[in-house]
Amino acid sequence: MSARQPTPDSHRDNHHQPPKWAQRFVEWYCKPQLVEDLLGDLHEYFERNVEAKGPRRAKLIYIIDAFKFFRTYTVRAPKFVNLLVNWIMIGSYIKTSGRNLMRNRLFSSINIVGLAISMSVGLLLIAFVLDLRSYDRFHKQGDRIYRITNIASSKGVQNGKFGTTSIKTGKLIREKMTGIEEVAILRNDFSQDAEVGDNIVPITGFWAEPSLFRIFTFPMLEGNPATALNDPYSIVLTETAAKKLFGNESALGKAIKFDTLDYQVTGVMKDVPFFSHVRFEALVSFSTAEKINKNDKHFEAWANMYTNYVYLLLPENADKASIQSQLNAIAREENLAEDPGGYQDTKIQLELLPLYEIVVGEELRRPMGPVGPHMPPVVIWILGGLAFVVILSACFNYSNLSTARAMRRFKEVGLRKAIGAGRSQIRQQFLAEAIIISLAALFLSYFIFLVLRPQLINIAPEMQRMVKLELTPPMVAAFVVFSIAVGMMAGFMPALFFSKVSAINALRNVSSVKVFQHVTVRRTLVVIQYTVTLIFITATAVGYVQYKNILAFDLGFKTENILNINMQGNTPDALVKELSEMPEITALSRSLIITSVGNAWGGYMKYEDSRDSVLVLTNHVDENYLRLHEHKLAAGGNFRARPTTADAATEVIVNQQVLKRLNIGGGDPEKAIGEEITFDSFQVHGRKMTIVGVMNDFHYGRVENLIEPVAFLFWTPGDRAIINAKIQSADMPGTLTKIASVWKKIDRVHPFQAEFYDEAIEDAYSEFSAMIKIIGFLSFLAISIASMGLFGMVVFTTETRLKEVSIRKIMGATAGNLVFLLSRDFLLLLSISALIALPATYFFFESIVLTNFPYHTPVQITELFVGLLVVLLIAMMMIGSQTMRAVRSNPAEVLKSE
Amino acid sequence: MKGTNLGEFEELVLLTIAALMKEAYSVAICDELSNHTGRSVKLGVMHAVLSRLEEKGLVESQLGEATKTRGGKRKRFYQLTIPGRAALVRAKSMRDQLWDKIPSLVWKKA
Repeated sequence: MSARQPTPDSHRDNHHQPPKWAQRFVEWYCKPQLVEDLLGDLHEYFERNVEAKGPRRAKLIYIIDAFKFFRTYTVRAPKFVNLLVNWIMIGSYIKTSGRNLMRNRLFSSINIVGLAISMSVGLLLIAFVLDLRSYDRFHKQGDRIYRITNIASSKGVQNGKFGTTSIKTGKLIREKMTGIEEVAILRNDFSQDAEVGDNIVPITGFWAEPSLFRIFTFPMLEGNPATALNDPYSIVLTETAAKKLFGNESALGKAIKFDTLDYQVTGVMKDVPFFSHVRFEALVSFSTAEKINKNDKHFEAWANMYTNYVYLLLPENADKASIQSQLNAIAREENLAEDPGGYQDTKIQLELLPLYEIVVGEELRRPMGPVGPHMPPVVIWILGGLAFVVILSACFNYSNLSTARAMRRFKEVGLRKAIGAGRSQIRQQFLAEAIIISLAALFLSYFIFLVLRPQLINIAPEMQRMVKLELTPPMVAAFVVFSIAVGMMAGFMPALFFSKVSAINALRNVSSVKVFQHVTVRRTLVVIQYTVTLIFITATAVGYVQYKNILAFDLGFKTENILNINMQGNTPDALVKELSEMPEITALSRSLIITSVGNAWGGYMKYEDSRDSVLVLTNHVDENYLRLHEHKLAAGGNFRARPTTADAATEVIVNQQVLKRLNIGGGDPEKAIGEEITFDSFQVHGRKMTIVGVMNDFHYGRVENLIEPVAFLFWTPGDRAIINAKIQSADMPGTLTKIASVWKKIDRVHPFQAEFYDEAIEDAYSEFSAMIKIIGFLSFLAISIASMGLFGMVVFTTETRLKEVSIRKIMGATAGNLVFLLSRDFLLLLSISALIALPATYFFFESIVLTNFPYHTPVQITELFVGLLVVLLIAMMMIGSQTMRAVRSNPAEVLKSE
Repeated sequence: MKGTNLGEFEELVLLTIAALMKEAYSVAICDELSNHTGRSVKLGVMHAVLSRLEEKGLVESQLGEATKTRGGKRKRFYQLTIPGRAALVRAKSMRDQLWDKIPSLVWKKA
């Protein structure tokens, strides 16, 4: 009588059946002598419950009871005995695995090297993720710290979540809210030159409230953390900053001059740990900021939310729902106070963000100031997915090679089974073998990891600031666990395969076991492997070409040999004068920002009485800018007036988009000249300006942005300045040093900051280049792993078919025939892969990636096929070399040994 | 083998098995106990106790005939063994002895 089959009667009597899986679960764990009785009892109760409580509850109770019965006396005892046997057998497994490894050096090394290469990617990723996860963990109360997120929306449309908030938010939270332990405001625009005697050092930091030290764990070396940030004009330095300013003297109590104001050092704290999302050299008391901005009404405004962070420390078991509703109440009140009639469209909502989700978490906008590192989880998932695919490919190799060569191990398996090994033991043996191999691979891959680590860190400057990838004990543990997991993944197929072998067949006659019955599975694996490889490699090729296209993109103006020098707050006149005397510099101009690299500045423009104002992106440039950058004018000319104050600048040069959006001149640029528009920005209010020139459209934003309306205003000395110098020189580095030495004369404190326009553009797209490097690297790994796997398979098939080849040769087959015969299968598999991979990549780029780039060039056939060509070439080399060897062998030698 | 001392619940279960005679299987014992003691007896607890008693050699069990009501599963019927019976008798006599020791006078005062 089987416990698995319910009798037909029970079906008829009662159509409600207990959940099948729960029954199976009980059957799985329960001792065989108890299982029937137990299931019967459960069933009886179930039937009662169906009557009494209805089928749904009855099923639920059944499931709960099934789990409740999982106890020491019901659980199969033999498990423990098995475990003991396993422990003893592990020694045997290691021994046989070792012998097997040594016997098949080629295949073992393919397996180990392949796994090691792929695992090194996994190791990097693990190290990366663990580093990101270790952010901010040094704060002792970290799990109770939260930061306020501002959600701004206008006209009901959300236009961004900000990690920053207003000072008012912080103050209101402190005044009105209950159930909060501490509040601290951190304001982030403190960046000035510190003067101590003759020593001038730029210092960046935050304005901070004293409560900050009660929330965060920043140990103080000197000074009292409770009072250090109380008084205006007090400053707390980090150890490094103190050393920079005062050398080895004690900094406590000393004075530092910023601008014209004297600050007193009230504390020296330990340096901020690397894994902290806030990083600074100094903290200045927040009361200083309040004093300085005393007359600025905007300072504490509810909508002024771009430069302040507010941190909260909640008590243990805080009632978050109540806190959120209090935050909502504050936001509602303030939105109303700001805009009693509800006409204005901007609304701000407040939200809590746990400290640990700041670095790895939702993308927030942080408009200004030093921002901490951030990594959206989706990127980690994507990278994880790619790494997984590469590792899987190596596991496929392992599965393929071990099952393909199964014949050689059938006797061993048969013998083990004959003397009493169960299926599970064979499974364990092969799993153990795979794990041993993957642990060996871990050892090797650790060295690869060491080699790759600096490459990864230097892939982008952000990366250097974000992670260290240094080995820590949890990391080591994660590595080992990871390699065991990889081993299990690799050994899964072989284990399943060998455990199914019947002992009688295996021992009677090896050849009678159908070695090739798993051929379809192996072929599928090869196809998957090559599809993935091809996708990787074509994606790299396509991505690279697209990236180069972006860099070489015709922006609508010239960027070659233009050096942009950041004046860092100095007035540009002196430097302009010095530079204009250098013969290598052919032209000079001044501008507020560098366009086309993602910077933006803007305001609203109105024409005539039209109600609609249009957002116009702007740059402030001087009279030489247009000529230097070779902007093409459609109508009109350059700026005529040379105003020296921002208020006097009334001339504007616009692009054709402006005319189109505001409908000026009815499509004729000439008619737009002399027209008057009204311009509004945060500096300028309702100024009437005259259009003096119309430029051709150019790319103000990055290439993924559509061309927007753009206006150039005249640069006036009140603006920040960037000097654009057109350089013509045979010796660029020499010219640069010359310019740098000129800079030294003008500014002794700040290091020379200059970059060629083309470099700036390259930097602006560094994330693409990083992405391409990563995918390129992965595709390199994928292709090496797949090639190794293919090589192994080819070696194996040619070996097993050596006799066939010899006989064919005797019968008169030509070398060409034989090579074709041996490589036909593999070529077929490769073409299937290509048929899947190439269209997939093409559509992936054309319909997913490149839709984000309105001005992209279409994907070319050449890029698609270049990858295929490389893969084919490598595969042909591999197949060719092996088959040629088989073909060249002397039939007499091969057949003799029968 | 564990000691032959009976726990209170074990004793109740043994008594119920004895009382149910041929019909003593887990669900029936549960029901009977619930009826008599008024406390709800969980099936899981009952199974644990029965298996413990069997392990101690106080009861023995065998599977009965298949029935329609239990999804075709057979019942496991329990019976006291000779040591089981002896343990019950010993427990009773021990109690009786203790009862006898209480002078009726003392009892009434309380």
